[in-house]
Amino acid sequence: MDPLALTLIELGAVVFCLGLLARLAGRIGMSPIPLYLVGGLAFGAGGVVKLDGMHEFAHLSGEIGVILLLLMLGLEYTAAELFTGLRRSWQAGVLDLVLNFAPGAALAFLLGWGTVGAMVMGGVTYISSSGIAAKVITDLGRLGNRETPVVLSILVFEDLAMAVYLPILTATLAGVSFLGGLTTVGISLAVVTFVLMVALRHGHHVSKAVHSENSEVFLLNLLGAALLVAGVASAMQVSAAVGAFMLGIAISGATAHSATRILEPLRDLFAAIFFVAFGLNTDPSTIPPVLGWALVLAVITAVTKMITGIWAAKRAGIGRAGRFRAGAALIARGEFSIVIAGLAVASGVVPRELAALATAYVLLMAIIGPLAARYVEPLVKAFRPPAQEPARA
Amino acid sequence: MNVDETDLPGLGRRKDFMTASGRRIGVVELREGQTELIVSTWDDPDTCQASIPLTGDEAATLGNLLGGQHLAMKLTEEHRDVPGIVTRQFSIAPDSPFQNQPMGKACIRTRCGVSIVAIMREGEVLPSPGPDVVLHSGDLLVAVGTQEGLDSAADILRNG
Repeated sequence: MDPLALTLIELGAVVFCLGLLARLAGRIGMSPIPLYLVGGLAFGAGGVVKLDGMHEFAHLSGEIGVILLLLMLGLEYTAAELFTGLRRSWQAGVLDLVLNFAPGAALAFLLGWGTVGAMVMGGVTYISSSGIAAKVITDLGRLGNRETPVVLSILVFEDLAMAVYLPILTATLAGVSFLGGLTTVGISLAVVTFVLMVALRHGHHVSKAVHSENSEVFLLNLLGAALLVAGVASAMQVSAAVGAFMLGIAISGATAHSATRILEPLRDLFAAIFFVAFGLNTDPSTIPPVLGWALVLAVITAVTKMITGIWAAKRAGIGRAGRFRAGAALIARGEFSIVIAGLAVASGVVPRELAALATAYVLLMAIIGPLAARYVEPLVKAFRPPAQEPARA
Repeated sequence: MNVDETDLPGLGRRKDFMTASGRRIGVVELREGQTELIVSTWDDPDTCQASIPLTGDEAATLGNLLGGQHLAMKLTEEHRDVPGIVTRQFSIAPDSPFQNQPMGKACIRTRCGVSIVAIMREGEVLPSPGPDVVLHSGDLLVAVGTQEGLDSAADILRNG
């Protein structure tokens, strides 16, 4: 068969299957990410069907997917929100970082993956899925709940932590020497601070440069700017994802809102392909050996997120049930854990099992997270000691 | 009344207050422009019993209903010493003959001795509206007069 025809047929079939999976996920009320990953595993090396024709396209689209995911993560919060979030919730944010980075890093050391592996796995277990958390909060009608701002401000802190973590990760993965690494990290930190300052003071100029009333012009401007910045960042060894993320932070105000709206369908498409591409590159036969570890990690990091949420909510003066709700809302890991694992796998300096472990872990957490958020409340109520029952006539 | 405003980073802003009965009530304004009405449960002020998405029209109408009721209650209180004087609210239906017409055209004061003391529109109060104020569908008119006068005013507003 003509290679182009083959590629088109394969791509069409895969995207169509993804549509079916997304619909299934919507029907049973879960995040589609685990299903996309399973889809990728099924199509990839050692999977049920082997697809070769779309490999190149899937690779490039996956890269664009990461850029769009990070761009929209940057768009999610304004620079002002980031600053207030940092001021108000840094204690909870630091606790979150310590409690949830440690288990992943420890397991990586235990499995002999070294400092680089620990750096990656720590990131994978640290970062909650802001996408899943926001959807859970909206779907369960918890927008007006008192613990919701607590949950959101922890997510904001994680967002900021990513801005510092990703450049460090990229430097570590590139295997630069300690001194070289320090320089790279120094440069990235300076860039991060600079971008935040620019976003806070002159964000409207950046916004104005890409903004247009015409949605076609706006889309092309945005996408062009994102790819350009990502490309330049990549050439400067700061990772394409970080560049896109910084651009997202710099765009603010009304422009950021309309940018989110306009980019959403593109992000959905390319991110779905990214998850599939990640699954494609993971051999399903490598998963069963690490499944036990993934399960252990899942249980531990579900508990550590729970503790983070409970502590933060308690500080904010939230009652017992609300504390548990806050903890459970943070449990889900998703897109950004896969982004981190994807960066590591692409660099080729981490063992293949890491991809398998990250996949299995995210599969578990993306399913456990929303379920925990939904059922934590009845559970807490069921276990409430009768002494605390409010006396009501 | 102290209204608490809380930022919901990435989602919007919550504005709520505690009622005397111990429930938290308010709205969440989402970044995309929607409004949600929130009411907390009685046993846990942290959680919401209801989180109801409202369209702009619905939110304005709800504002009118609550505000109009409040205004009418106040007026009734003030007229308590004058026997025979009653306060009532009329809403302008979409098929009202006076929709998009100046209020003076209905000649309510001349025909039934009833005064329109305020108009509630999109949650705002227009006090002592003049005859050239144009009525819109959804407006809530607060009227003061006798029982019979108000009955005939209602009929005029509905049927012309």
